[in-house]
Amino acid sequence: MTPISLEEAVAMIPNGASIMVGGFMGVGTPARLLNEIVRQGKHELTIISNDAATPGTGVGKLFDAALVSRLIATHIGLNPSAQKQMLAKQITADLVPQGTFAERIRAGGCGLGGVLTPTGVGTLVAEGKRLVEVDGKSFLLEAALRAQFALVHAFLADYLGNLSYALTARNFNPVMAMAADTVIVTAEHIVPVGVIAPDHVMTPAPLVDYLVTNPSG
Amino acid sequence: MDAQEIIARRVARELRPGNLVNLGIGIPTLVANYVSADLKVFFQSENGLIGTGPIPEQGLEHPLLTDAGGRPISALPGASTFDSAMSFGLIRGGHVDVTVLGGLQVDGQGRLANWMIPGKMVPGMGGAMDLVAGAKRVIVAMQHAAKGKSKIVVECNLPVTSARPVDLVVTDLAVIGFADGKATLLETAPGVSVGEIMAVTDAELVVRESVPEMKI
Repeated sequence: MTPISLEEAVAMIPNGASIMVGGFMGVGTPARLLNEIVRQGKHELTIISNDAATPGTGVGKLFDAALVSRLIATHIGLNPSAQKQMLAKQITADLVPQGTFAERIRAGGCGLGGVLTPTGVGTLVAEGKRLVEVDGKSFLLEAALRAQFALVHAFLADYLGNLSYALTARNFNPVMAMAADTVIVTAEHIVPVGVIAPDHVMTPAPLVDYLVTNPSG
Repeated sequence: MDAQEIIARRVARELRPGNLVNLGIGIPTLVANYVSADLKVFFQSENGLIGTGPIPEQGLEHPLLTDAGGRPISALPGASTFDSAMSFGLIRGGHVDVTVLGGLQVDGQGRLANWMIPGKMVPGMGGAMDLVAGAKRVIVAMQHAAKGKSKIVVECNLPVTSARPVDLVVTDLAVIGFADGKATLLETAPGVSVGEIMAVTDAELVVRESVPEMKI
């Protein structure tokens, strides 16, 4: 893990990058990194995020600033501006069932080519996908998902990069921390090594490339 | 009693001690208000919590403790938290005993449509497809008709949520089951006649000799 400033962390991200963003309706989302992406005007981004939050919060700010060209998400119903951009074809949106979204990312981080899921069989989601039969039951083959960057928000990070999360702010952060080439983390608190007991580490330090050290204020 | 309360009270009677239950947004959320704490039902919030409690008092909200809509909730003693892969493993893996979902349409074979209206409303399916595919029992809680049009249709003309039929539909007028692949009228709402239900039901409905009244 390398400590890094917010400004330098975001400067590493090129325009057109694919980025996984942790969080669920803005909870457990790396808000400071998203603010900095808006400030630096990184654009034509592919965003992989559970939802589009709401205008003015979390990942929603990227849609306010029209920085997204492609979105892979499960639900964007609470962000009218993202919906409008999708219907006007300013962004390409790929809507994925939430369990499939989690498993595709998990597969991407675990060296699997994809997963077989019963979810979506016989629906619009199955269009163009391979149907695989196992023991007489039908499953959809859903391909693994990875990104160039994962922006992860933890509750605690220690100086080595071990992470733990709090309550419902964990959500997609641990799976995303395994599924990107470069993992950048913000944390509510940065604590000395040993404060997070081994049994309570949810993302082990070697997975974290950069930890943003600006005080969270 | 308004329509939503009738539905929520009746659905609450379907829950059994120790059940792990996932409630969708809208009418399904209200079901929790009518479940006695003695029943020891576990409510799951798919953003990563089992043991969802009531909405916290003002000032006691925790910014990192929310429901799947991002609203503050509380966690009961004995609650547990987990990541989204685990949460949907619980859902798809058959560990959730009952899911209660809202609906736009349910057809005569019990298929549910509840995630999009092409060209109009395309919010995404969120967790709905996984819940219908994986929960042991799927209950739809919805109004029987909207704007005078039956929501119990012959065949869904909206995109379906799953090929799997739901187990039970509870509306403000009726309880409908699909035990042998056919929509069957199981109960009538208090003061509602079988004829009134038939008049606002487009799907073919099997009606047995005597249909009991809903207990709520």
